[in-house]
Amino acid sequence: MTAVATKAPTPKNKKYQQNPKHAVRDIPARIFIWIGLLAGAAFAGLPVLWMLSSSFKSNREIFEFPPRLLTESFSFDAYLAILSDPSRLRFFINSYVVAICVTILTLVVAIHAAYAFSRFTFRMKHPLKLLIISVQAVPPITVLIPYFGIIVALKMYDTYPGLIFTYMLFTLPYAIIMMTSYMNSLPRELDEAVRVDGGSSMTALWRVLVPVSVPGIVSVGVYTFMIAWNEYLFALTLTSSESMRTVPIGLQLLMGQHSFQWNEIMAMSILGSIPVLALFLFFQRYFMSGLTSGAVKN
Amino acid sequence: MITPLASEPASTARPEGPGDPPPSGTSAAPAPRRRSHLGRALEPLAFLSPTLILLAVLMVLPIVLVIGYAFMDNVVTNPDPEFVGPANLIEIATDPTFHIALRNTVVFTVVSVVAHMILGLTFAMLLNSKRVSVTSRAVLRAIYVMPWLFTVAVIAVLWRMLLAPSGVINYLLSTDVEWLADPRLALGTVTVINIWAGYPFFMVSLLAGLQGIPGDLYEAARVDGASPVQQFFHVTLPQLRQIIVSLLLLDMIWTSAQQFALIWMTTGGGPLSSTEMLSTYTYKLAFDDYEFGLASASAVLVLLVSMVLAFFYVRHEKARES
Repeated sequence: MTAVATKAPTPKNKKYQQNPKHAVRDIPARIFIWIGLLAGAAFAGLPVLWMLSSSFKSNREIFEFPPRLLTESFSFDAYLAILSDPSRLRFFINSYVVAICVTILTLVVAIHAAYAFSRFTFRMKHPLKLLIISVQAVPPITVLIPYFGIIVALKMYDTYPGLIFTYMLFTLPYAIIMMTSYMNSLPRELDEAVRVDGGSSMTALWRVLVPVSVPGIVSVGVYTFMIAWNEYLFALTLTSSESMRTVPIGLQLLMGQHSFQWNEIMAMSILGSIPVLALFLFFQRYFMSGLTSGAVKN
Repeated sequence: MITPLASEPASTARPEGPGDPPPSGTSAAPAPRRRSHLGRALEPLAFLSPTLILLAVLMVLPIVLVIGYAFMDNVVTNPDPEFVGPANLIEIATDPTFHIALRNTVVFTVVSVVAHMILGLTFAMLLNSKRVSVTSRAVLRAIYVMPWLFTVAVIAVLWRMLLAPSGVINYLLSTDVEWLADPRLALGTVTVINIWAGYPFFMVSLLAGLQGIPGDLYEAARVDGASPVQQFFHVTLPQLRQIIVSLLLLDMIWTSAQQFALIWMTTGGGPLSSTEMLSTYTYKLAFDDYEFGLASASAVLVLLVSMVLAFFYVRHEKARES
């Protein structure tokens, strides 16, 4: 996913809020807005709340009539069933290994590429940038078939490296574009001073530019991790043994094998969402500003 | 491979004065002139080399191969494929299931994208309202963003539970409907799930866009006696137009080509092809039927559609920049 460039948010609302003249006339408007806001919150939040509630229920209770949001037989059984089963824990280990490796490798490669785009002029610059942007528009299903053959030929079928390199294909273009626009926003004096003093470009990049790019690196890293954690199509096609499957595929397997142990499926869904939710919560500020401070445009 | 740029006169390279804005775009930032030197010309390419190698092996090569495969038979599984010319493309283009998949993809994409836009804009406007306190807005925004944070696999299993015949949605609507198993309803149902999953991206981007609209524009409109509705159509929409067009095009590119997981895990393209998409159709040809040549032909057609959309997107972005 990519975001669209927009201006930075400017909080400019206070003066309207405190104008007493508007207060009375505002009441119908306020009611109208709150009805809209709560309807929207129900649309967005209730399914998620239902998922959470079902993960604490017994299977019988999930389809009981009338349905109840708060369960009588509240228990962590479904979570314990997932966490005590080595074959299911394996899905999580695989997802963590793959997503962390993809994030680190993508960041290293993208930082170098962004440096080249941000601080150098060279003849192939614009065609290459256009190529990288257009890679994002290539549908995964298009490359899947030859890709499958290449991965088998490279003996990377059903291995970590197979998945890791594959995911870089999806994460790199976005990471490079986002990272370049971040570096463009940093003054050139920073790293040029090092080079003027005789330091190499590598020194300028890693000693000076990277440390001040931490907010940008964090938002790119979070996004990369999310893409790798969530990927489904290639994980389905490029792995075959159950011990190599990632969480999204594991979820599907759980649905097929233990047909409709809904509480366990929901518990695994929650557990499988925690890394992304946690990253989003911790880095929300970096992340949102990274997303909105202009990916595609620059 | 790394050449220090020390010989370069510093004064010409560095913009003087504290008031100078940082370079905001690569095209806009004038780079200092350097003496031509082979090492220096190669340096940016050295920094780019891991990217270029990866993209060549993982992207360019597969695209070239898939176009080649589209004109061959017995590919991937067989060591000596046979050249068949445009036969595969003709067979795909005349396959009724392909037509159904194409039609479903168009319906699914257009309805999803339009609904994403309307919901995203509505929620963004509500969240931007000055009549609601900052704290409430922050809490509500966190709730609204939630669908975006779940992987498609989780969204698929969650909605399968909600939509089950004895599930909570049927209870709330007092119905007894097989939402995902009824051929008349399945396409609409998966579209609604996709709408739920996808609007936050619009909302977040449009919220940032709304906050970027200068307040004096509204003030001027109010002075001229414009009603809130008129303000929306004459200030808000024109100011957001560029972002909205970008978002619509981006979302079309993604939705048309990348919805595989949601369909695969909810209906698998069924019942009776009623939710078959170009991606599930292609996947089945390749990995269920092992018709890699035909699947490649279908994949090439999908690529063509995406490239047309991408062309419009890039053209729009270029126009936006200038």
